[in-house]
Amino acid sequence: MSEQKRGRVIGGVGKPVPKKDAPALLTGKPVYTADIAPKDCLCVKLLHSPHAHAMIEEIDVSRAQKMPGVACILTYKDVPDVRFTQAGQTYPEFSPYDRLILDRHLRCVGDPVAIVAAETEKQALAAMKLIRVKYQVLEAILDAKQAMDNQTLIHPEENWRALVPSCGADNRRNLVAMGEDAHGDVEAELAACDIVIDQEYSTQANQQCMMETFRAFTRMDYYGRLEIVSSTQVPFHVRRIIATALDIPKSRVRVVKPRIGGGFGAKQTAVCEQYPAIVTMKTGRPAMIIYTREESMTLSSPRHAMTMHVRLGAMKDGTIRAIDLHTLSNSGAYGEHGPTTVGLSGHKSIPLYTHHMKAFRFAWHTVYTNTMSAGAYRGYGATQGLFAVESAVNELAHALNMDPAALREHNIVREGEAMPAYYGETAASCAVDRCIARAKEMIGWEKKYPARTLENGHIRAVGMALAMQGSGISNVDTGAVMIRLGDDGIYNMSIGATDMGTGCDTILAQMAAQSLECPVDNITVHGVDTDTSPYDCGSYASSTTYVTGMAVVKTCEELRKKIIRVGAQLLDCAEGEVLFEGDRVVKADASVSVTLAEIANAHMMAGYEDISACISSGSPVSPPPFMCGCAEIDLDPMTGEVNVVDYVGVVDCGTVINPNLAMRQTEGGLLQGIGMALYERPTLDHLGRTVSNSFLQYKIPARIDAPSIRVEFEPSYEPTGPFGAKSIGEIVINTPSPAIADAVYNACGVRVRHLPITSEKVLLGERE
Amino acid sequence: MNVEFMLNGRKVSALIEADDSLYTVLRALGMYSVKCGCETTNCGLCTVHMDGKAVLSCSVPAARCAGHEITTLEGMQDEAKLLGSCLAGEGAEQCGFCAPGMMMNVFALAKENPHATDDEIDAFLAGNLCRCSGYVSQRRAVKKYLSIKAGEVCV
Ligand code: FES
Ligand code: FES
Repeated sequence: MSEQKRGRVIGGVGKPVPKKDAPALLTGKPVYTADIAPKDCLCVKLLHSPHAHAMIEEIDVSRAQKMPGVACILTYKDVPDVRFTQAGQTYPEFSPYDRLILDRHLRCVGDPVAIVAAETEKQALAAMKLIRVKYQVLEAILDAKQAMDNQTLIHPEENWRALVPSCGADNRRNLVAMGEDAHGDVEAELAACDIVIDQEYSTQANQQCMMETFRAFTRMDYYGRLEIVSSTQVPFHVRRIIATALDIPKSRVRVVKPRIGGGFGAKQTAVCEQYPAIVTMKTGRPAMIIYTREESMTLSSPRHAMTMHVRLGAMKDGTIRAIDLHTLSNSGAYGEHGPTTVGLSGHKSIPLYTHHMKAFRFAWHTVYTNTMSAGAYRGYGATQGLFAVESAVNELAHALNMDPAALREHNIVREGEAMPAYYGETAASCAVDRCIARAKEMIGWEKKYPARTLENGHIRAVGMALAMQGSGISNVDTGAVMIRLGDDGIYNMSIGATDMGTGCDTILAQMAAQSLECPVDNITVHGVDTDTSPYDCGSYASSTTYVTGMAVVKTCEELRKKIIRVGAQLLDCAEGEVLFEGDRVVKADASVSVTLAEIANAHMMAGYEDISACISSGSPVSPPPFMCGCAEIDLDPMTGEVNVVDYVGVVDCGTVINPNLAMRQTEGGLLQGIGMALYERPTLDHLGRTVSNSFLQYKIPARIDAPSIRVEFEPSYEPTGPFGAKSIGEIVINTPSPAIADAVYNACGVRVRHLPITSEKVLLGERE
Repeated sequence: MNVEFMLNGRKVSALIEADDSLYTVLRALGMYSVKCGCETTNCGLCTVHMDGKAVLSCSVPAARCAGHEITTLEGMQDEAKLLGSCLAGEGAEQCGFCAPGMMMNVFALAKENPHATDDEIDAFLAGNLCRCSGYVSQRRAVKKYLSIKAGEVCV
C-alpha cells in the first residue's frame, strides 16, 4: 500500500462516489428477492401459536389438505428431529441448538404450528383456517427476572445442545448464558470511593423495521440441489443452518443473495429460510415465503431487552475508579445471539472509562422466557450497556456538580492505553477526546448546558453521551476476496460480504481501485453466491470495512505481483526491472512499457500464468471506533412531550473510505437511536401477545419527526485497518438514548432509567 | 372479473378477483418497482400514480382502476434517472427499497408544489418511511431535483 501515487485512481479511498447499484435501485429495477422469484413459486404461510407456552395435543390437517391449490401442509410430525440455531454465527455457534423447524412444544406466541404451501396466497390462507389444533396450555414465563431456576422449563428436551459449554448455558435452569469478567478488586475500590452511583436501567426489545420484511425463495436446481435465494446478511451461515435443520449434506445447499432491502442485524438470523426450504424438499416445487409486517413484528429477531445494574465509583474530583455492571438479558423463546449480545453490554461500555480505572467487574445472565426470540440489532448489546453506563456517568456528574463533558474528558481512554475491560486490547487509534471537543463546539455546549426556558414555557436542554463498538470479531471473523484480471484490463472482484444497503460493494471496490491504481468503474463487483464467492462470515459485527477491506488490500498486493510478472515476461526483462503503474507495466528506465490491456489479453493465451488472486483476512484485534453524541431537546413541561431539535454526532471511525456513505449510515443510525430513545415501544399484553404488531402501534421516525442531524468525522488512523479504517455501521445507534435521557434530566430534573422516554414518564416524574 | 385500464401509457386488461388490491395486480403485471412494506397503509412503499395523483396501491381495490390511468416508476424512467442522480449524488439511498414509492410521491409533489420548502417537502413525503437514511440527505436531493425542474440549476 506504500507509494502508490503514480496511477490514475478515480473514485478511490476518501471519495464520495455514488453506490455501484444506485442506477438500478433508483429506477426501480427488479433486483430484490421477490422480484426475481420464479412465477410458479408455491406460496408458503405459517400457522402461528396463539399461546405463549403450550403443547400440541392434537393436530388435524385432513380437511385443510383437501382444499383447492394446497400442495402440502407440514406439522411437527414431518420435520427432522434435529435441533439447530437460526443464529448466523461462525461454527461452533455460541447460540444453543434449541430449535426444530416445527416443534410440538410451542414456546412463544407466534411460534409456528404448521406450514401451509399452496398455489396462491388466498388458497394457503383459506386452507390454514381449516387446520384443527388442540393445545395443552402451559404456565408461561414472561418476565426475565422470574426465568432463572423457575420450575417451568422452556427447553426440557433431551436433545437440546450447547456447542460451546463455556458460555454457561443450562436448559435445566432456563439459562442461555452466564459468566463474569473482572479485573482488580472491585469491591475494595468501590468501598474506597467517595461516591457510588448505584442504579438499575433497562432497554426494550426494539424492532429493526427494515423496509423489506424477511423473505426467501427456494427451488431445486438441475443437479438436484436446494437453491435458496434469500434476503440475508449471512449467506454462508444460512447454507450451514438450513443443511443442519433439514439434516442434509451441506453440499446439497446453495445460497444466493440478491439486493437486500435493509437488515440492521435482523437478517443475521435465518428467520424464514427453513420454511420454503422444507416445502421444496418435500414437493420438489419452487416455494417462497414473504413475512407480513405483522409477522416481522411478532416473530422475528428484535433487540435483546436488557436490565442492567450499574455501580459506578468515583472520587470527589470526578476520578472514576471502578465500575461494576450486571446485565440480565432476555433471549426469549430461543437462544439466538443470546450468549454473545450480552457480552457487548459490558465489554463495549466499561472500557470508555479506562484512564483512571482501578477495577471493574462485569457479570451477566441471559435467560429463556416465553416471548419472541431476540436476535441481532445494530449495536448488538453495546447499545444497551452504553445506555446504562453513560446514564450512570451523567448521574455521577450531577451528583458531583460537574459538567458531564468535563467529567468525561477527565476519565476517557486515551490513544495507546490498554483496556482491561476490552479483552486487554490497546486503543491503538482513538480520537474520542477530539470527538468530544468538536461535538461541544457544534452544539454550543458552553452556552446551552444545562438548559434554558423559552418564552412559550418550553425548556431547551442539552445532553451528551459517548459510544464505542468493535470492528469485527477478533480471531473469528474472516473475509476473502477474489479478483481476476479480464479482457482489456478490467477487474472482476468476487466477495462473500453482503451489501444490504450499506454500500460495501462500492467501498470495497474503492479500496481495490486505490490499491490497483485505476478508476473505480474498472472494478466490477459480484455479490454473494455460496457456490462461487470466496468465503466471508457475512456482514455483521461491523466487520466488512475492516475485515473484508483488509482482504481487498492483501488480494490486490498479490495481484500486482502477478501483473508485474507477466508484464516483465512480455517486456522480456526481469521482474525486478519493471514497475506497475496502474494502466501499464514499465521498465524502470522508462524505455519500454506494456499496457494493462495487453497484459490482460496476453494472459488469456497459452504460455502465461493466470492473473487472479484470492486472499482471506481476519484480525487478532477488533479496534473500536469511538463517538460523541449531543442532543438538544425541547421539552413541554405541561405535557411532558420531548422533541429532539438538534442532534450532533462526531465519529472516529478511522479513515473514512466514502464520506457520503459513512455520513448517511451515521444519520440513519442516529435517527434509529432517537426512535429507540423516545417512542419505539414493543408491547406485550398479559398473555404474551405482541400488541405492537404494525407501524401504527410500533412507531418509527417519519420525516416530520426527524430533527436536524449534523455529523462530522474526527478520523484517527488505525494501523491494522485497510487504509487506516475502522468500522461505522453499528456505533452510530448508541448515543441517542443516554444523551436524550440526560437532556430530559437537565430540562426538568426527571431521570428516566427505563426506555423509552415517553411523555407519560416525564410528566409523572415531574409530578413526584 | 376482468378490468381494463391504462398502465404506463398502454392499455392493459387483467383478470382479477374482487378483493385484489391494485398492488397485487401491478406486481402480477410485472411492475416490480412497486413494493410493499406493511398491511396498514403506513409505509408509502407502494405509492403509484392514479390519473397523475399519488395513491397507495396497497389500499386501492384493483376493480376501482377500470378506465383509469395508472403510472408506476417503470413508466417514468427519464424522471427516475434525473431524481435518481440527485439521490445518488447525496448517497441518499442505502438499501433503496423505499425509493420507488418515495420517488413517485416526489413526482406528485413536483406537480403540486414545484417550489416546496423544506418543511413542505417533509410534510408531503411524511407517509414515505425510510429506515436507512435518516431523511436529511433525501430532503437535500429532493430540493435539488425541484430546482433543476424549475430551471434554477443546470444539470
Ligand atoms: S404497503 Fe405500506 S402503505 Fe402500502
Ligand atoms: S434506503 Fe433503505 S429504507 Fe430507505
